[in-house]
Amino acid sequence: MEVPILKQGAVLIATFQAALSDADLNHLRSALIQQVVRFRSRGVIVDVTAMDVMDSFASRTLREIAHMIRLRGAETVIVGIQPEVAFAMVQLGLTLEDVATALDLEEGLAYLNQKFKTMK
Amino acid sequence: MSRVEIRVTISSDQDIVLARQKGRALALELGFSSGDATLIATAISELARNIVSYAGNGQIGLKDIQGSTRAGISITASDNGPGIPNVGQALRDGFSTSGSLGLGLPGVRRLMDEFEIDSKPGQGTKVAVKKWRP
Repeated sequence: MEVPILKQGAVLIATFQAALSDADLNHLRSALIQQVVRFRSRGVIVDVTAMDVMDSFASRTLREIAHMIRLRGAETVIVGIQPEVAFAMVQLGLTLEDVATALDLEEGLAYLNQKFKTMK
Repeated sequence: MSRVEIRVTISSDQDIVLARQKGRALALELGFSSGDATLIATAISELARNIVSYAGNGQIGLKDIQGSTRAGISITASDNGPGIPNVGQALRDGFSTSGSLGLGLPGVRRLMDEFEIDSKPGQGTKVAVKKWRP
């Protein structure tokens, strides 16, 4: 199952589907970094609203994505972590530290726009 | 006696997704809240991933359980892989031999109510966990 990546100006939006395998996540990681380079994107939003489970692998992959994109000089924000998923992540010991998160797509865009202003 | 018993053969990352989906469905069917079903699905995902990462293949068994005063779900992850030489170490946060975060087993223990592990080098690993419905 491939994750669709949408281009919205300087921002790329990747929307997760419910059941992503490790291979899908790895594919998303390389697809995202390629597109960030190709479009000279300044921000990436990863929307995980539909994700049923965020286990250690998914959470590590998200952190890797955010760090890789930061090295390119762009910002990543994860949006839509469901309350139940967040609870399970904390129990498991997954913190997604130093990765920006926001409530939903709208807040994620607002966060990035704010970042872009201070980057100028 | 359990009424439902599901076995999922685990040999690839696709099977991890399948196992956790079946686990969530069974948890909901047994009356767990959707929050608890997410905890259960997350634990299954970690256990199944351990099988794929360390043993290559194995099995996840899911069934309902009846205590004297409560009901719950039991999850068993078994494989015939290399086994864990030092179980105590594997249960500590941050310990990993596969380059993962090392949160797998200690994390699963926190997600569930009961946790048992049986592993010997060369004889595979069996992890049995239970969660009771509040």
